[in-house]
Amino acid sequence: MDLFEYQARDLFEAHGVPVLAGIVAQTPEEAKAAAEKIGGVVVVKAQVKVGGRGKAGGVKVAKTPDEAFQYASDILGMDIKGHTVHKVMIAQGADIAEEYYFAVLLDRSNRNYLAMCSVEGGMEIEQLAVERPEALARIAVDPGTGIDQAKAEEIVDAAGFAPELREGVVHAILKLWDVFVKEDATLVEVNPLVKTGSGEILALDGKVTIDENAGFRQAGHAALEDSAETDPLEAKAKEHDLNYVKLDGQVGIIGNGAGLVMSTLDVVAYAGEAHGGVLPANFLDIGGGASAEVMAAGLDVILNDSQVKSVFVNVFGGITACDAVANGIVKALEMLGDEANKPLVVRLDGNNVDEGRRILADANHPLVTLADTMDEGADKAAALANGK
Amino acid sequence: MSIYLNKDSKVIVQGITGGEGTKHTALMLNAGTQVVGGVNARKAGTTVTHGDVTLPVYGTVEEAMKETGADVSIVFVPPAFTKDAVVEAIEAGIGLVVVITEGVPVQDSAAFWALAQSKVDADGQQVTRIIGPNCPGIITPGESLVGITPANITGKGGVGLVSKSGTLTYQMMFELRDLGFSTAIGIGGDPVIGTTHIDALAAFEADPETKAIVMIGEIGGDAEERAAEFIKANVTKPVVGYVAGFTAPEGKTMGHAGAIVSGSAGTAQAKKEALEAAGVKVGKTPSETAKLLREVYATL
Repeated sequence: MDLFEYQARDLFEAHGVPVLAGIVAQTPEEAKAAAEKIGGVVVVKAQVKVGGRGKAGGVKVAKTPDEAFQYASDILGMDIKGHTVHKVMIAQGADIAEEYYFAVLLDRSNRNYLAMCSVEGGMEIEQLAVERPEALARIAVDPGTGIDQAKAEEIVDAAGFAPELREGVVHAILKLWDVFVKEDATLVEVNPLVKTGSGEILALDGKVTIDENAGFRQAGHAALEDSAETDPLEAKAKEHDLNYVKLDGQVGIIGNGAGLVMSTLDVVAYAGEAHGGVLPANFLDIGGGASAEVMAAGLDVILNDSQVKSVFVNVFGGITACDAVANGIVKALEMLGDEANKPLVVRLDGNNVDEGRRILADANHPLVTLADTMDEGADKAAALANGK
Repeated sequence: MSIYLNKDSKVIVQGITGGEGTKHTALMLNAGTQVVGGVNARKAGTTVTHGDVTLPVYGTVEEAMKETGADVSIVFVPPAFTKDAVVEAIEAGIGLVVVITEGVPVQDSAAFWALAQSKVDADGQQVTRIIGPNCPGIITPGESLVGITPANITGKGGVGLVSKSGTLTYQMMFELRDLGFSTAIGIGGDPVIGTTHIDALAAFEADPETKAIVMIGEIGGDAEERAAEFIKANVTKPVVGYVAGFTAPEGKTMGHAGAIVSGSAGTAQAKKEALEAAGVKVGKTPSETAKLLREVYATL
């Protein structure tokens, strides 16, 4: 999960990374109060999980609390690359002398961590990496040993910092490493890391991505979730622990296993080409144990999607055999009663498939059609979504 | 022949007394796997019984290996304890550890992978191979199952399969059930995994029983692109590919922690193109992929 800048700033502060004051505000009134509290010149910064907000007019320097009020009213509600601004951060103004860059992230390809550091910060780092790769130091970090004093010094020296800056930058990097490890992050990025006029090193803008798998040992992370950005159907699915992603199509999808469900979306999209261009409406993986309750919860979410015209249930019975899945579907339709009001195409294969198909045939539910293969099921569901 | 696993493999189960461990120990025994014991520090000295097989429970992996001669371990412990379990297996010097557990924090996976890499034998070879985490495991049909793949989908044959996804593995085995498989291995969809597509491709290339290879990938990361480079340079056997996630939108995680398209990287289209450039025939759907494999298989 990507965090907002203000959340990253709060985590930085909590772990001793040098930062300036910053207060999040959801209304112009709150913004004004925050500016008064911080005092002096402040920066009003749109909080969106997308780059390029400065160019879009989402960052303004306010000399007075009244100006902060005015800029916050302008920025709140603004659309930045499809993201609506619901919050601004009122940040203490900084006297910037120089800008640098630092990041530590998970390196999937090498299965370790990568620290990146440059004395040329502020600009788009992707651009720097392409245009002047020599200006960006890249140092592999062993997950077993991490960034200790010696590693931090190696990074700072590789980036080419002036000797008088070494101590301050090393200190900041060690604290940022604490954020990475203690918060189970997969990315901690500071752009820019700055030197102020008085020679202080500060993390001025931060980006943090945290690993949702670590939720069991990160009690504070649940509070970082952003309910305003979550689709209501996704929120409902989350309540039932369902792995659901809302998409913009007409064929609801339920399947077991992430790979098979992704594949089902593709097969439905291909089938849709012959049926008015209908598309998959969602990703929904009900996992290995497809119980009646899980199936009912999944169908409930999908049938509440007003865009959905038909549903394709595509299950390969493994450890949970097809008869159990079929019983789950029958019971789910009973539990939903009149709420189940869209046609369902069901394809079952794998363990106990004959028994599973027999159960569905016997139940003879008017909304349910059986398909023999994944391709046939996708075709039928797409045709139904297209009104046939 | 097969890769990584055969009828002589002796298997211990870490988490043998838990719900998943119990269920799958029974299924693995039914599939013919030589399960020789389990590990649970709190239940050391007890036994578990499945049908007419009674298995000892040991306090540590090291002890279990010493007493039973086990060379493979399968991990069914919950995410919070997975790192410790895998570290223990690596420290004990086991040859293969298969990590089924879903939801392991990626820093834990990175840590045990770093440890595994640091343990090498006199020839410089890594002692412990890791498969997973978050994977269905490995099956050499007719010989041994170390994982959760249904053992009755198909039998022995000449197709080798490597996949990020569990149920897609089952689907592909089902599509090609008349041909049979040498070994089918699910490597898992997490950002950090032990055995990669490339490792499995190299092993299948070296395995005389494997005649053709199916490689299943999905969005996220660059593993498929790297595998394509590897195939071009090193694999002489025919490879047929499939990539799931053409319709996945950018920035949305599709079930697997690793299945996310960020920026232009990791798209299904890019992976398909890379594989095709390496001479791999790539199917649009699982059924088309099976058809392509059948076509090349018929010419062998």
